[in-house]
Amino acid sequence: VFDSGELWPPIRLTLLLASITTIVLLIVGTPLAWWLARSRARWKEAIATVVALPLVLPPTVLGFYLLVALGPNGPGGWIAGIFGARSFAFTFEGLVFGSVLYSMPFVVQPIRNAFEAVGERPLEVAATLRATRFDAFWSVALPLARPGLITGAMLGFAHTVGEFGVVLMIGGNIQNETRVLSIAIYDHVQSLQWAQAHVLAAGMLVFSFVVILAMTVIEKRMRRGRL
Amino acid sequence: VLSTMKFKSMLLALVVLFGCASPPSPTEVLVAAASDLNFPVREIIAGFERQTGHTVKLSLGSSGNFYAQIANGAPFDVFLSADITYPQKLEESDLTEPGSIFVYGIGRIVVWARNDSPLDFGNRGIQTLVDPAIHKIAIANPQHAPYGRAAVSSMQHFEIYEAVKSKLVLGENISQTAQLVQSGAADAGIIALSLAVGDTMKSAGSYWEIPLESYPKIEQGAVILKQARNAGHLDGAQAFMETLKSPEGQTVLKKYGFFLPGRDEPAQ
Repeated sequence: VFDSGELWPPIRLTLLLASITTIVLLIVGTPLAWWLARSRARWKEAIATVVALPLVLPPTVLGFYLLVALGPNGPGGWIAGIFGARSFAFTFEGLVFGSVLYSMPFVVQPIRNAFEAVGERPLEVAATLRATRFDAFWSVALPLARPGLITGAMLGFAHTVGEFGVVLMIGGNIQNETRVLSIAIYDHVQSLQWAQAHVLAAGMLVFSFVVILAMTVIEKRMRRGRL
Repeated sequence: VLSTMKFKSMLLALVVLFGCASPPSPTEVLVAAASDLNFPVREIIAGFERQTGHTVKLSLGSSGNFYAQIANGAPFDVFLSADITYPQKLEESDLTEPGSIFVYGIGRIVVWARNDSPLDFGNRGIQTLVDPAIHKIAIANPQHAPYGRAAVSSMQHFEIYEAVKSKLVLGENISQTAQLVQSGAADAGIIALSLAVGDTMKSAGSYWEIPLESYPKIEQGAVILKQARNAGHLDGAQAFMETLKSPEGQTVLKKYGFFLPGRDEPAQ
């Protein structure tokens, strides 16, 4: 019916984008979640609110600001200049940046909850055993918060795969660079290539189902294991 | 006595006749318009609403997307496509009011850049796009946007397509393409003349018109959809089409750079 070879590049690109975004979010989001869970600073909830904003903002708001910020006249263009590029808009790197912002609440929130659930006690015990604060974080809190980390990683990955509005606005629809799965589906529908659209859309449906089901099962198992 | 009765019945007939001839009650017309019509269609609608008392609900978007939506039952009464083939396909699927298709304008394309751009189209026209100062060129997606196809054809015609292919970024429709280059995110763009002469773009940049013979004619087609009859909007929809074809409507289209079919277009 159609050339299945053209279905693959957007899938590959989407998986790459979601993987890199998830890794960046775990590296950036874990210390942030730790701070949000432990800090007594009054303004920490203001920071938590900023992190949560993409939950309620339409992707077009984020997309619009990103287009201006990543373009040659924004700070992104200035930074791109250091690397000899002119703009981060229409680049894979730009998409990673946008996705990190867009998916951040989905990663930070579960990890923060997990850290809060760990409580003071295990850390106090670690301190009496002369663990440094980093030791306590690394060898006690982090392993105990594992279910939260896994939930966060899965949600962040799945949410990035499902991204559409932001990419439509800052991506420029370039093959192997910014044409992700959701955009490819949109293109196929508009080009009246509904067979391709059906294949990709059904694939997304199955993928999303599997992710959510797996998440629920893993979480349950881990909780039982701990109890 | 007979004559007065005759007179009375004649009077009655007159009343009935006038009752019928009185203008139909105003309806709401749902118009789906290709995004290159952004500026002219608003002007035409304003005049139409003033003159007829009908009201219009306007949706702007890409023709391909509207086609997909209409084929799946979207409740539009009138479809103003950027490409005659979409209305034709709808007619084949028996989703239109028979015989209502017509070409309302011929679209034209331009190369556009912001005022703060160092590019000067004056000397080299479309060849300017190969300038190494240009990193990104915005065009509409040629896969489904008629203006995108025209952009690619013209670049192929002038034999610069291979040289600039890697610089292309694709807008979802011609309006978004204009926004990509107007925001400065792309350095240059190929957009519809109708957008380049609109208020917001005119003051923000400069353009160079790409010769009409370098790309296939962009025949923009309008059609009344079956939906209009079902929803009782047929009067309003037909009145809107009349306005579009009227001298006033044509003047607005011309003002925004559309050629009128069969009249302005140079022989090809």
